Amino acid sequence: MNAHLQPTGSAYFLTQETQQTERHTLSVLVDNEPGILARVVGLFSARGYNIESLTVSETEHDKRLSRITVVVVATQKVLVQIKLQLERLVPVHKVHDLTAEGSYVERELALIKVRGTGDHRAETLRLADAFRAHIIDATVESFIFEVTGKPDKIDSFIALMAPLGLVEVVRTGLAAIGRGPEGM
Amino acid sequence: MAERMTGAEMVIQALTDQGVEHIFGYPGGAALPIYDAIFQQDFVQHILVRHEQGATHMAEGYARSTGKPGVVLVTSGPGATNAVTGLTDALLDSIPLVCITAQVPTTLIGTDAFQECDTVGITRSCTKHNYLVKSVADLPRILHEAFLIATTGRPGPVVIDIPKDVQFAMGDYYRPDADTLRHQSYRPQVDGDLKAIEAAVDLMLKAERPIFYTGGGVINAGPEASENLRELAELTGFPVTSTLMGLGAFPASNPQWMGMLGMHGTYEANLAMHDCDVMINIGARFDDRITGRIDAFSPNSTKIHVDIDPSSINKVVQVHVPIIGDCNRVLEEMIRIWRSKTNQPRTEAIAPWWNQIQKWRDVGSLNFTNSDTTIKPQWAIQRLYEATKAQGKDVFITTEVGQHQMWAAQHFHFDKPNRWMTSGGLGTMGYGLPAAVGVQVAHPDALVIDIAGEASVQMTMQEMSTAVQYRLPIKIFILNNERMGMVRQWQDLLHGSRYAHSYSESLPDFVKLAEAYGGKGIRCENPAELDAAIAEMLDYDGPVLFDVIVEKDENCLPMIPSGKPHNEIILPDTANIGSIIDEKGRQLV
Repeated sequence: MNAHLQPTGSAYFLTQETQQTERHTLSVLVDNEPGILARVVGLFSARGYNIESLTVSETEHDKRLSRITVVVVATQKVLVQIKLQLERLVPVHKVHDLTAEGSYVERELALIKVRGTGDHRAETLRLADAFRAHIIDATVESFIFEVTGKPDKIDSFIALMAPLGLVEVVRTGLAAIGRGPEGM
Repeated sequence: MAERMTGAEMVIQALTDQGVEHIFGYPGGAALPIYDAIFQQDFVQHILVRHEQGATHMAEGYARSTGKPGVVLVTSGPGATNAVTGLTDALLDSIPLVCITAQVPTTLIGTDAFQECDTVGITRSCTKHNYLVKSVADLPRILHEAFLIATTGRPGPVVIDIPKDVQFAMGDYYRPDADTLRHQSYRPQVDGDLKAIEAAVDLMLKAERPIFYTGGGVINAGPEASENLRELAELTGFPVTSTLMGLGAFPASNPQWMGMLGMHGTYEANLAMHDCDVMINIGARFDDRITGRIDAFSPNSTKIHVDIDPSSINKVVQVHVPIIGDCNRVLEEMIRIWRSKTNQPRTEAIAPWWNQIQKWRDVGSLNFTNSDTTIKPQWAIQRLYEATKAQGKDVFITTEVGQHQMWAAQHFHFDKPNRWMTSGGLGTMGYGLPAAVGVQVAHPDALVIDIAGEASVQMTMQEMSTAVQYRLPIKIFILNNERMGMVRQWQDLLHGSRYAHSYSESLPDFVKLAEAYGGKGIRCENPAELDAAIAEMLDYDGPVLFDVIVEKDENCLPMIPSGKPHNEIILPDTANIGSIIDEKGRQLV
């Protein structure tokens, strides 16, 4: 059962993980108090867990609650530990592994600055329309697009913009929520 | 209900309301308002330490020996950073501490002010929880919540960082009632799942080679948990072993006691762990010093794990029946369910198992070759144990970290919980002397002995001065081999006996040192004089530094060497430990 752990010749063991890693999206409900983000991020770095994306904002002002959406890549065993270790933090109310629990929706927002004139400009606008990107700033030689969607849709849009004069990108990271009428 | 007072007065009022009689601390600029409040009252007694690390270990010894939280008060900056080692130690060993750190005024935070440090940032990863109090209005709630968090669930250290202006500010003090206190997000599970407990008892009822593997969680669950463990062991007839942190929860004088397990545990305990069919882990966490090679750890057993911390379950070893809950409550339920099913221990069914255990016991894994010319460290501890038994006093033992610590665990025996204070998880050299001070403060009439090594004890030696100031008659029993013995042993084992910096050179004359502090010093190097010297130490009404000159190169055995499973333990008759780990293993260390 623990055959993936190899002896190292010392009393400490280096694990050679043979288990597959998976990408999971966790939703974490926390008290919005000073230092909470540092606590969560510190836990990930102290225990060597990998964060792919992390977003946080207050979601219920009256109760001073924030929701953190964090995307992690880990083995099944580590995923369980991440959830339990997060729940151990005093200001953490709930941790839901949305990926494990099944059905959820996820979205990310990106702002993308593209520079160009002439034909490039026309092509840029055509593609932006296909991706339902909004123009939120324009000059005679540039646009800033706002595009929302799943991360791979944003990836695709950015890839298309690259040869057309992509200047810079900012992304919010992933926000996710379970489907259906029930709340967390 | 609410009473107007300053933040500093609130600190003392909250300590009083929590029934805290002793705190360990050291003043400084930012902490002065709290010290002024201490000066103006009598209930809370302050013990002035010599270094803040000492304060934290004293509080740990106090907490571990009483079951009550230990309280520390230090100033900002260096006061807080010096406390970090003890906080980490308390986190790893699940000791309830409340550490109040002073901070520069809120208006100066972030300006690199004199004696400013980011205390909550530094202590975030070495506390169960921490607070920076920015407004005096929050202070009463935070003070009481800190005690709740430190003492409930899996206990641990909590830091409250209080800026100087908050200490001066006037506010309304109130004592929040437990319901309003309870953090929405903090609800430790104390009652184990009944179905899981029933499943566990069903496994126990069918076990042929069972073993109780108990840990510090039983001690943390209070003296009733130890009583219930005894009762369950008696009901079932199963053998019991324990981790270093759990010693005393089950009486060493009981015939079902197997001795400690793990890297320096007994042959019988480790072999029984390896060969058992049902393992009942109560309040232990499968630490790497216990499991050895994980893929060879107890390969054929069904494992039951009782722990109050859900994250301990399946962290290291996958178990079959996890039970999340307080050890005492789960033990109570196990007893009740066992009784509802049978009135008999499984004496007959497990008789072959006990026969096997007896064969392992007969190996005599704690034996050593005694000497007429030099004092063997194991023998010194045995003589100390016999002498203390004859005293008829309540005996509390603390230790430093290293060979002497393991020998103490092997050769000093405990029949009651809360009598054994040692740094298990963090392995903090310098823990034992201040911990002994803390224990003696809590138990003024008890016999408190720090079994020490000459290297460890110098790390916090200055607390001897604290012991003298408060007339605390602690005995510091130094097994002096002029080596960092455990480091030396590992260098023999793994590094071709190249003793890089593992000598204790330029050692002080401990007798003169004791006298310089105003205590008593005794030195003994002749085995024939040891008993008389121990008697002299025990008779002296004051702190004693007892310098026992012992065999220099004694190895601490038995030992499960690096990268080996439990059944490849090194026994005491092994002459040359240097050849045990192969070249491949050595390179990987």
